[in-house]
Amino acid sequence: MNLTLKIWRQKNANDKGQIVTYPITGIEGDMSFLEMLDILNDQLITNGDDPVAFDHDCREGICGMCSLYINGEAHGPDRLVTTCQLHMRKFKDGDTIFIEPFRAKAFPVIKDLVVDRSSFDRIQHSGGFISVNTSGNTQDANSIPISKNAADEAMDAATCIGCGACVASCKNSSAMLFVSAKVSQYALLPQGQVEATDRVLNMVKQMDEEGFGNCTNTGACEVECPKGISLENIARMNREYLSASLKG
Amino acid sequence: MSGILNSSIARKFAMALSAFFLMFFLLQHFAINVTSIFSADVFNDLSHFMGTNPLVQYALQPVLIFGVVFHFVMGFILEIKNKNARTVKYAKNNGAANSSWMSRNMIWSGLAILAFVGLHFYDFWFPEINTKFINGDMTGLIDPNNAESGYRYYEELQHKFVDVWRVVLYVIAFVFLALHLLHGFNSAFQSVGANNKYTKGLKTFGKLYAILIPLGFVVIALFHHLNH
Repeated sequence: MNLTLKIWRQKNANDKGQIVTYPITGIEGDMSFLEMLDILNDQLITNGDDPVAFDHDCREGICGMCSLYINGEAHGPDRLVTTCQLHMRKFKDGDTIFIEPFRAKAFPVIKDLVVDRSSFDRIQHSGGFISVNTSGNTQDANSIPISKNAADEAMDAATCIGCGACVASCKNSSAMLFVSAKVSQYALLPQGQVEATDRVLNMVKQMDEEGFGNCTNTGACEVECPKGISLENIARMNREYLSASLKG
Repeated sequence: MSGILNSSIARKFAMALSAFFLMFFLLQHFAINVTSIFSADVFNDLSHFMGTNPLVQYALQPVLIFGVVFHFVMGFILEIKNKNARTVKYAKNNGAANSSWMSRNMIWSGLAILAFVGLHFYDFWFPEINTKFINGDMTGLIDPNNAESGYRYYEELQHKFVDVWRVVLYVIAFVFLALHLLHGFNSAFQSVGANNKYTKGLKTFGKLYAILIPLGFVVIALFHHLNH
């Protein structure tokens, strides 16, 4: 198929940036979206042009590295997939495809389609962990009783790959789905209880300091999340935060 | 707005609490107004009670005014903060693919409701405050010199809905109110962290509330326009 790509090009963080149009031909439906961009970059390099910079790593939908805002949606028009798992069969011959970086003040553009998502790392550092003794005396996990429901919900929350699609999709650039998934995966398990109060307070504080917006419950994040992280996690984080605030 | 409201979740919670209060007030306002369709006397008696009862006038009314002002001022603050969280806009954004129009446009439906509140105050609240607290007439009677003349509330209500333009403006405002509530009702529950076996039923109830209450107000406005 033949396509017209409208891609955000930006030399560096200080460059103003603009949309540049690239026609591309001979794209197969079985190619992934990133393979299509690889072909474009081959052509650009052959012509002596600067290739389009974009993030990617595992290309198996599990690392959370790829991003891209494709035709107005994070990770493109398909559901429950990352951009690397989005296939060109989702598009039609002759389509014009807008490709932009994830937009948020807390996700500054580094180059072209690559954004700095280290704000997520800093939120994790502020409380997204449990402190356990790893000196060889660690208790066997199976000796701690956990209900099936709690284990399942914690596992669902833990599937968040931290890609930032929630922030990119949210009209407010809110990071609440990401933070709530990280808070929930520990809040649901006994191992997470010891640091529960500090965790939610510190992670929300860091989230606010990074400049993410406020959640207004539009639900866009849940729809666009490649891992299907539920809004229930945000309700849980709100409860955790309120009870933690009262405890001090 | 600093201190306890300096966290995003605390602001969200405060927004939800003021919304709960306003939604309860709306229900009460509707319950009294709807009596005007069935009985002028009941409407007059209830209006006189609400207009002269010290608890309502000096305790609940200031709380209500605070609730309204807080809700829209906080709404503006959040909108500005949220706009600032994305400095470069998308060239192409398909919001309709993942969220409802109502949820993305709360600021616009809210502004329409705020404009309506201004008109509604001009129509009813300012004249009422003028009569009671500036002229000092707390009797609620049409003619203070003739105690048999009856209360003025029902007549004032009917008089207001003679003009077609006012009825049209009220109906438009109620449509925006319905749009605001269609997202706002359940959003408020999500904000306070509600998520239990009642959540599904609550969502249905929220949709019914968001449609039936504004529709009821439309019916009342049309009734008085057509039956004057």
